[in-house]
Amino acid sequence: MTVLDEPVRTTAAPPARSKRKVRWSAAALLFLVAFLLVPLLAVVAKSFNASSLAILTQSATWRTVFLAALQGCVSTALTLLVALPVTGVLARFRVRGGGVVKALVTVPFVLPTVVIGLAVQQLLPVRWNSGFGAVVFAHVLLNMAVVVWLVGTLWEQLDPRLDMVAASLGAGPFVRFRTTTVPQLRPALFAAAALVFAYTTTSLGVVLVLGTTSTPTLELDIFRRTGILVDLSGASVVALLQLLLVGTVLGGAAYLQSRTSQQVLRRTAAPAKPRPRGAQRVGVAVVVSVTLLIVLAPLAALLVRSLRDNGSWTTSWWSGLSSLDRGTTRLASPIAALSVSARTAVLAAVMAVSVGATLAIGAIRSRSGRVIAAAGLLPLAVSAATLGLGTLLVFGRPPLDLRSTGLLVSVAHALVAVPVVLGAMVPALRSVDTRLQRVAAGLGARPVRAFITAYGTVLIRAGAAAAALAFAISLGEFGAASFLGRSGTPTLPVQIGRLLNRPGEASVGTAAALAIVLAVATAGVVLIVEQLMRVRRR
Amino acid sequence: MARSRVFAAALLLVSAATLAGCSSGPTAAVSSSHAPQTVTVTLLTHDSFAVDKRLLTTFEKQSGITVDIQSVGDAGQLVSSAVLAAGAPSGDVLFGVDNSLAPKAVAAQVFSPYASPNLHNLVAPLQANTFGGVLTPVDYGDVCVVVDKTWFAAHHAVPPSTLSDLTKPAFANLLVVEDPALSSPGTAFLYATIARYGSAWKQYWTRLRNNGVQVANSWTQAYSGDFTAGGGKGSRPLVVSYGTDAAADIVYASNPKPSTPRVAVMHDGCYRQIEYAGVLRGTAHPAAAGKVVDWLTSQSFQAGVPMAMFVYPARSGVALPSVFTKWAPQATHPLQLPPATVAANETSWLSDWGSVMGRA
Repeated sequence: MTVLDEPVRTTAAPPARSKRKVRWSAAALLFLVAFLLVPLLAVVAKSFNASSLAILTQSATWRTVFLAALQGCVSTALTLLVALPVTGVLARFRVRGGGVVKALVTVPFVLPTVVIGLAVQQLLPVRWNSGFGAVVFAHVLLNMAVVVWLVGTLWEQLDPRLDMVAASLGAGPFVRFRTTTVPQLRPALFAAAALVFAYTTTSLGVVLVLGTTSTPTLELDIFRRTGILVDLSGASVVALLQLLLVGTVLGGAAYLQSRTSQQVLRRTAAPAKPRPRGAQRVGVAVVVSVTLLIVLAPLAALLVRSLRDNGSWTTSWWSGLSSLDRGTTRLASPIAALSVSARTAVLAAVMAVSVGATLAIGAIRSRSGRVIAAAGLLPLAVSAATLGLGTLLVFGRPPLDLRSTGLLVSVAHALVAVPVVLGAMVPALRSVDTRLQRVAAGLGARPVRAFITAYGTVLIRAGAAAAALAFAISLGEFGAASFLGRSGTPTLPVQIGRLLNRPGEASVGTAAALAIVLAVATAGVVLIVEQLMRVRRR
Repeated sequence: MARSRVFAAALLLVSAATLAGCSSGPTAAVSSSHAPQTVTVTLLTHDSFAVDKRLLTTFEKQSGITVDIQSVGDAGQLVSSAVLAAGAPSGDVLFGVDNSLAPKAVAAQVFSPYASPNLHNLVAPLQANTFGGVLTPVDYGDVCVVVDKTWFAAHHAVPPSTLSDLTKPAFANLLVVEDPALSSPGTAFLYATIARYGSAWKQYWTRLRNNGVQVANSWTQAYSGDFTAGGGKGSRPLVVSYGTDAAADIVYASNPKPSTPRVAVMHDGCYRQIEYAGVLRGTAHPAAAGKVVDWLTSQSFQAGVPMAMFVYPARSGVALPSVFTKWAPQATHPLQLPPATVAANETSWLSDWGSVMGRA
């Protein structure tokens, strides 16, 4: 039998299974088990008390589940609706300043959620700046980047000729979109929707600043139990419930994603995306301007906030950026904080991409691919507050005290980034024509060589995008890692969080200025990566 | 088998990391018989903890103790993590447990007995507050209703002066409070009303509700969103916040500093919060941990407490900065509940409050 006599299939082929890949995935899964499940289960084991199971029979719990799911669905649908046009524009056309647009859309995703909450609060009229609408607006803003990156990465790979063929056969733009583009994008759409749903149903920072009784989440309930009641047993039960519910949704999405995957018609190496022409130019301009308006308005509100003092304009918060609280252990200078953040983020990105890429390869190549793909999304379902407590419990005291190695914060950040890495890489890898590898093998390439021939380009492209995202996520992360803070060297998000917890114009003003610094740093990272990728492509 | 080799390698990695962690870890302090004794003490605290770095360095030089400050989220999360690790702690000494959280930590046997020689230097009412000899008071502060003076002046109105004023029509729709189940100043304000009204507290809250009180999820939401003097676009000139806000309003203003703050404190209905430090049970360095508690209550540390953390020093005879004496005097008759009463009733109070406010 030759490698080529197999019929062409449209659904994803379980390609040449390799035991080697499964073993690498086992190591990556071990990382997740060690740093995700062990801490969570340690908290449960340490505190569980059967009487807390009564929580599962309380109507308030299920009201929270219902309202969180409702809010999550609305947030997810609106995020897709708002983000898909710009995703398509950036993926299909060579738009002047497209890299800047993508970088700006990424900024809200990686800013600490509390900061986005503050920005939306400052932006919206007082009538609407809290409640369901405000929370959903903040969630859309935060998660547009998920769609742009996850769906965009795959969309860019599609061969525009399929679309042209459909057009020449008389199909209008919407029919073409529905019949040729959407089916090919489906796995990335499922991945993005699942991620956004998980982020928004487990939201905490946004809900604390913008929420009302109409927007509870289980994570908020866990926050209440660990932060006010010290009801750790109850927190464990709610954390397990959240893991189960969100985990089920993520598992379902992973299943759908693998079911709908197909090898896409890949654009051939050469000529790059076309510039928009004629009516397209108007469409592109409208989509880009509306997107920029949505993304820039809250950032502008933050910038304005950093320049306001009690109703008048000031540059005090910027000029005093490094002198506020100087000499105390509370705040370091922004430069010091940025360098701590950057060091942490490099390590986190390396870990997240190693683990995420390994899982992604395992997910498309092994028999248990769906399980592996779902496992990689699990960090989204694990309560950040519980994870923080558990990490300190397991890795923050003798005999296994990893705090002084400085790795623990990076590990916590990497865990948060793994699902995004996976989301960016799996659809892209699945789109590769698996016969390439067989051809290479048939021509005598050794297995690794054959794998690289088939997947190398996609791995590098998707991997670089994932690394940039992971780095940026770590820069802005302020969840589980807030339990692992060293007072002497706080990261930027921790500094911002501390400032927002006390009164005084300088506190909010400086926090807003620091948030702008973080936003610029994030946008810079994304732009540099985009630039590097463009150089590679030439 | 190859598979087991991978697991073996992973195990090796983990143990290598462990070794690395232990060898440089703060708890594995190295002492040699020749060099002067040095020990590292890990101080677990919350995000609001701050100290002048020079004070820290001076203490470290004089005592031979290196203090590794680890902040563990907010006060509640700090206590939760200590409760989980009771007996085998992730640090040696803990600062930041307040009178509402202390009973839970003490009941979980988080602390070892320690009697600081500084106890008798503390202000008289605090000396006996040791929760059976395990905790040492370090500072205290009040949670009060904070008033936007500018707003009331502009509206030619007189601000409220008592808790019962808040239920009058003159102050309808003017107050924002934090959800006591989510935010510790909110919890403190609920306790203030329970301390004042006893079993009639639910009626008081019904009146507050009918008078249009707004409930926020967090202090940040209330202060920077709903309060008129928090820099946002809020419409409520009364907010539950901290008694020292007026001092912070001046200290954290741009230069030149204003001569008067924009906010004032309503002195009735303030709830007193006391923050404690304690030696963690299971520490390998109980003596050095005790020395850190002594340092936290020493004259030099206590003198820096107001400006570093915007609370009052527990030690008596410590001079306050003028911005405190002038604008942020402590409440003369603060409200308090016995910690044991709080511990016994907290859950039911919070759920009753939820029912009264239609937030269950």
